[in-house]
Amino acid sequence: MNEQAIKDLLYKLADDQLILGHRNSEWTGFGPILEEDIAFSSMAQDKIGHSLAFYTLLQELGEAEPDTVAFTRNANQFHNSQLVELPNGEYDFSLIRHFLYDNAEIIRFEMLSQSSYEPIAKVATKLKGEVKYHVLHANTWIKNLGSSTEEAILRLQSSLNEAMPYALGMFEKSKFEQELIDAGVYAGEEAVKAEWLKRITAVIEKTDLKLPDLATIEPKFGGRYGEHTEHLQPLLDEMAEVFKIDPTAEW
Amino acid sequence: MYGGGNVFEATKFDDVQTEDPAKLEEFEARIARGEKIEPTDWMPELYRKQLIRMIEQHAHSEIIGALPEGTWITRAPGFRRKMAQMAKVQDEVGHAQLLYSAAETLGKSREQMLTDLISGKSKYSNVFNYPAFTWADSNIISWLIDAGAIVNQMANAKGSYGPYSRALERICAEEAFHLKYGHDAVVHMATGTPKQREMIQAALNRWWPPIMTFFGPSDKMSTHTETLMRWKVKMASNDECRQQFLDMYVPKIWELGLTVPDPNLKKNMETGQWEFTEPDWDEFKRVINGDGPCNAERLAVRRTAEERGAWVRRALLNPKAKYVKPLA
Repeated sequence: MNEQAIKDLLYKLADDQLILGHRNSEWTGFGPILEEDIAFSSMAQDKIGHSLAFYTLLQELGEAEPDTVAFTRNANQFHNSQLVELPNGEYDFSLIRHFLYDNAEIIRFEMLSQSSYEPIAKVATKLKGEVKYHVLHANTWIKNLGSSTEEAILRLQSSLNEAMPYALGMFEKSKFEQELIDAGVYAGEEAVKAEWLKRITAVIEKTDLKLPDLATIEPKFGGRYGEHTEHLQPLLDEMAEVFKIDPTAEW
Repeated sequence: MYGGGNVFEATKFDDVQTEDPAKLEEFEARIARGEKIEPTDWMPELYRKQLIRMIEQHAHSEIIGALPEGTWITRAPGFRRKMAQMAKVQDEVGHAQLLYSAAETLGKSREQMLTDLISGKSKYSNVFNYPAFTWADSNIISWLIDAGAIVNQMANAKGSYGPYSRALERICAEEAFHLKYGHDAVVHMATGTPKQREMIQAALNRWWPPIMTFFGPSDKMSTHTETLMRWKVKMASNDECRQQFLDMYVPKIWELGLTVPDPNLKKNMETGQWEFTEPDWDEFKRVINGDGPCNAERLAVRRTAEERGAWVRRALLNPKAKYVKPLA
């Protein structure tokens, strides 16, 4: 198996989770109700833990250690989708992003747990049980709020419209796409996207929200190749603020 | 994280005079026998009032206390610290949730308590009106403020009100982990590079005066605690807590080669008591009444969070909202 292809996939998985975990953690102390502070913090801890698991696999393939990889790269070296780096905004945007992201993440984990590349299969099998709860959390809240007050429905609809081009950007193909599919690592981004659409549609149909017409939306690609919005670098600078005081120190 | 300082505002103690003497006698007898008072049991109004005030202040201290350390979650250096810092601050928010529920059993709603917090009507632990300038400040809070909180909360866990005392037992178990985490982080700083040592000493210097006021004014200065102690609402005096804290932690601070910024701090071997420079109680009063370095900022953050989240709470209360079971 082409090691570059595997590394590319691992970076994509790890970076998505690190950056979204970081964003989720920003809700600690600011949630609309205490229970949501706590929920977003739990998901943040899981996501960052998952990213560490994938950075550790990368280290086994000869990359630098997880702390160095996570805390010292610049934005153009990150492979996350642009969706996860966008600021939290209001709770409606964070919730919609969480819904769109985790419904895709669980499919990736389900596929990867069957992967021909055993180290990924093992990690994905272990972690998908946690992602299942993230999906339950997102779907429950979307169903609850998505059919409540006019105000809530308007907010969620507007965030859904805003997030959708970025969500479609999650499925940007890697330059090793066909190789990964042929080698049975996973079924590829098109397959993830098709299943994702089915699942999010099923949830949205239970609410007063409408899925925007995907045919008219231009996906925000680039993230997988190091092209990011202006929001990622400041996030990384903040994350590394203490670490960079002395990267050789034991903190 | 809560030290219990200055909880009990002066109360008219004739209030108990209006209570039914037979019921009051039975109530006091139950407490003397070590029984717990439960939400539906008879209790004097004064007991209810002081407990609401105490538990509410404790809950507020947890959510406001999440803010100074919370600002360091996104900046924690390395995976190990990042994960631990997140979990630690999340615990504090979880404590607030537990405590608001305990206070609600006495008849005041969470929404009302949060409204009183934002309006400035109810207080929270004074230490959180001081800023956490650096990562090292956050470490000092995790270690020494949590240590102080444990001293106070272990005592209060033996108090007479069932829901509060049970909540405190759970909280103390978690705080014990925070203490280990905080100590570990401080050890790494104190035994690290010269820059790290300088950072941690500077943070200790900044936090020492607030730490010394954490347990509240000297007992010589507080009045009306006798009834509250008989009712097992207040379980240890402020001075006892402070002495116990100094006994447990000053040696540990010295062990790390750090200095305590008080030239008068020493243990008097004859009396067994620690002697120290009297904290600036005027400043303490000024800060608790709103004039500290961070009072306005802390409340503004809380107010913004409440305002920004109001639409979610309205939506949840909407009769049209369909309750969805998570597994449906």
